[in-house]
Amino acid sequence: MKWDEFFVTGDPMIYGADVSIVLTMVGILFYLTKYKKWKWLWDEWLTTVDHKKLGIMYIVSAVLMLFRGGVDALLMRTQLAVPEAKFLDSQHYNEIFTTHGTIMIIFMAMPFLIGLINVVVPLQIGARDVAYPYLNAVSFWTFFIGAMLFNISFVIGGSPSAGWTSYMPLASNELSPGPGQNYYLLGLQIAGIGTLLTGINFLVTILKMRAPGMTLFRMPMFTWSSLVTMVIIIFAFPILTVALALMTFDRLFGSHFFTLQGAGMDMLWANLFWLWGHPEVYIVILPAFGMFSEIISTFSRKTLFGYKAMIWSMLLIAGYSFLVWVHHFFTMGSGALVNSVFSITTMAIGIPTGVKIFNWLFTMYRGKIQFTTPMLWSLGFIVNFVIGGVTGVMLAMAAADYQYHNTYFLVSHFHYVLIAGTVFACFAGLIYWYPKMFGYKLNERIGKWVFWVFTIGFNVCFFPQYFLGLDGMPRRVYTYSEESGWGPLNMVSTIGGFMMGIAFLILVYNMYYSFRYAKRETTGDAWDGRTLEWSTPTAMPPFYNFAKIPEVTGLDHFWRQKQAGKVEKLKAEDIKPIHMPSNSGVPFIMASFFFVAGFGMVFDWMWMAIAGIIGVFATLFYRSFEYDDGYYVSVEEVIETEKISK
Amino acid sequence: MAHAETHDPNTPLEYRSETGRLNILGFWIFLGAEIALFATLFATYMVLSHRIADGPALGELFEVKSLLIQTFLLLTSSFTCGLAVHEMRRHNVKGLITWMAITLGLGLGFLYFEIQEFLHFIHEGANIGTSAAWSGFFVLVGTHGAHVTFGIFWVTMVLIQVAKRGLTPATSAKVFITSLYWHFLDVVWIFIFTAVYLMGMVTHNG
Ligand code: HEM
Ligand SMILES: [Cu+2]
Repeated sequence: MKWDEFFVTGDPMIYGADVSIVLTMVGILFYLTKYKKWKWLWDEWLTTVDHKKLGIMYIVSAVLMLFRGGVDALLMRTQLAVPEAKFLDSQHYNEIFTTHGTIMIIFMAMPFLIGLINVVVPLQIGARDVAYPYLNAVSFWTFFIGAMLFNISFVIGGSPSAGWTSYMPLASNELSPGPGQNYYLLGLQIAGIGTLLTGINFLVTILKMRAPGMTLFRMPMFTWSSLVTMVIIIFAFPILTVALALMTFDRLFGSHFFTLQGAGMDMLWANLFWLWGHPEVYIVILPAFGMFSEIISTFSRKTLFGYKAMIWSMLLIAGYSFLVWVHHFFTMGSGALVNSVFSITTMAIGIPTGVKIFNWLFTMYRGKIQFTTPMLWSLGFIVNFVIGGVTGVMLAMAAADYQYHNTYFLVSHFHYVLIAGTVFACFAGLIYWYPKMFGYKLNERIGKWVFWVFTIGFNVCFFPQYFLGLDGMPRRVYTYSEESGWGPLNMVSTIGGFMMGIAFLILVYNMYYSFRYAKRETTGDAWDGRTLEWSTPTAMPPFYNFAKIPEVTGLDHFWRQKQAGKVEKLKAEDIKPIHMPSNSGVPFIMASFFFVAGFGMVFDWMWMAIAGIIGVFATLFYRSFEYDDGYYVSVEEVIETEKISK
Repeated sequence: MAHAETHDPNTPLEYRSETGRLNILGFWIFLGAEIALFATLFATYMVLSHRIADGPALGELFEVKSLLIQTFLLLTSSFTCGLAVHEMRRHNVKGLITWMAITLGLGLGFLYFEIQEFLHFIHEGANIGTSAAWSGFFVLVGTHGAHVTFGIFWVTMVLIQVAKRGLTPATSAKVFITSLYWHFLDVVWIFIFTAVYLMGMVTHNG
């Protein structure tokens, strides 16, 4: 292999990216060295097993990925703004919509939510930690390394270009030569391991680590939604693991699972992909539902309406999510009967979803609503999500799908669902729990600007696309003719896209502004909250979360205590030594070996792949021999941290 | 991460520490994920098992003798693994190590015959690239074999720890978890035996 095959060359934008990557790296190295931050970085972050810090790292990575995926989106929208534009060529366009879709779903939406789950769920259930803190670090680092492996594809070797669905035979060696598709397979595979481990970790955490008195039906809704999500993860992710492995075998070792030669079946890929892919959609939407439930209840000053109905509808959705996958290929010849069955199951999902919408509305009804930014995002979610849902039911009609299939109608539909559902939730949750993570609120006035610019931009961008779709504009085209008449609406859409980009910049500015100027919180209860995470006396919970594990007597326990004026003060004599796990550098090192293995496989350099895999196993076995029972935090230290006067 | 220990003498050692209990529960859930993984591989194999292109049919090359030896070795190893855990419950470290060592030996024997069989198939012109059916076969059976291989390493590591530290709540939980893993591989093999080998031979000869 020659250097110019290894590095992507020829495109000035890529050279620009190369330069900026190198400059950023040098900048970071310089900063760390100059301010002697290496030890701090290692001790506080790279080796941490604290769920709150891991959560913050997840969120920071997800915001970076939102930036990367967003730049991809704006490049596409720029290309599509006018007919017959020459900004991107077709191959480049294909690469960009592939990385955009993959990054947004796998490396942005899911990690963002998992990050918030990491920060919040142990606090909400009154636990000191998750069930397996060390494993939690392994999950984060494998996700991070998977994401990095995927991301470097555009400067080293070339990006995948077969769409985020990677349909065969499009993704085969013949039609997608070069390492691009391998990056997709290995990046997702490595990150997927982390996701599965998170699923197990949080399932056990929620089942086993709840504070005394917190029965399943006293758990906050966000915890419930996380529980259901973890169950989906545990059953869905192994399917993805297998599907990716089989395609990897096809590409690297000449097997014939999905190829046209050797009697392989390309439709098998479509089935496996969507058997995972549809549940994946609920993995990124259910935690969002949970968050909106918390936020709406908090800022309506009312208990969530229909708590149990919410839970049952969530369980129904989870079950259904495995039964509808065929709606993703209605037009690929499954036959009328199969299509009808899947059309009906798909529409049935609308019912439990509708139940939830009404529950939110009834929660607000007669509530004392406070229009804070998290609440604004929640209200915006309801309106926009309904638009996405209604068009989803339209798509669920198999017969009609022959009309809208693979047009911008679909593109608009899934962005309405994913952005209004997941991205709004990520913003809402980030702002809502920001004081828990950093000890101050984001500025509300700037926050409202972000909300309005983003929401208006979002509708300007995607509403016209319904009409473009009905007018026949297909998805995944890199340009269109003047005569098609699609030009004006596309221009409008692009303007909306850039408005969202501007909103993102204002959000980042808000983080900077609030870091500098926001008033610091003095208690842990920044929003007058209802659930246990707000009951810690200090603004940011210490690494052991609760000095004394709370005892729960019902739903919204903390809120009812406050109403009754009976919030217990922490007393020095209640404090006992607290057992905590020790930090470990092994997860980070293990993930680095995953990177070596993955990189080797991407380029089909087997010596490197094998070396990496041996490294992974070596770290596993090393850990098996490590008997680290953690350590105890002394009573004095707890008293000191909690500032209890004797 | 609390380390509450139960001292009720009737509780098996592996359930005495909180960590032990959590790890065992987590491992059961992990096995749930493994079931999803193997179910997907089985489904793939079923869909592809008749798509042989120009290659040999699957049942054509299967051999009863090798199959029976492999099955015998693996089923026996599951039994001896059970005996090992039984000895552990009686706090008999020596018995535990002996029976586990026998389990490992049987596992190695299984692997030996499996590899021989794979080499035989390849010699007869059936490899992973021969046809979709053979791809499905090699990946399904190979994944199981890779699990057995990993299991042998893992059990060895745990045995070394038992030898060094004796039976503690921590080591016994590890032994117990590896035993769950080993039995699970046995169950998967029974499915492979039926769905792959028996059905392959029946459809070919019958
Ligand atoms: C900043 C706002 C966004 C804009 C302007 C945008 C724009 C686009 C465009 C232009 C396409 C390509 C359509 C085509 O050529 O077929 C696309 C595809 C896609 N987008 Fe977005 N997008 C945005 C945000 C998101 C988010 C937040 C998600 C997910 C959470 C997402 C998920 C997807 C997916 C899955 C695809 C399909 C990719 C494929 O065809 O393989 N997008 N988007
Ligand atoms: Cu779907």
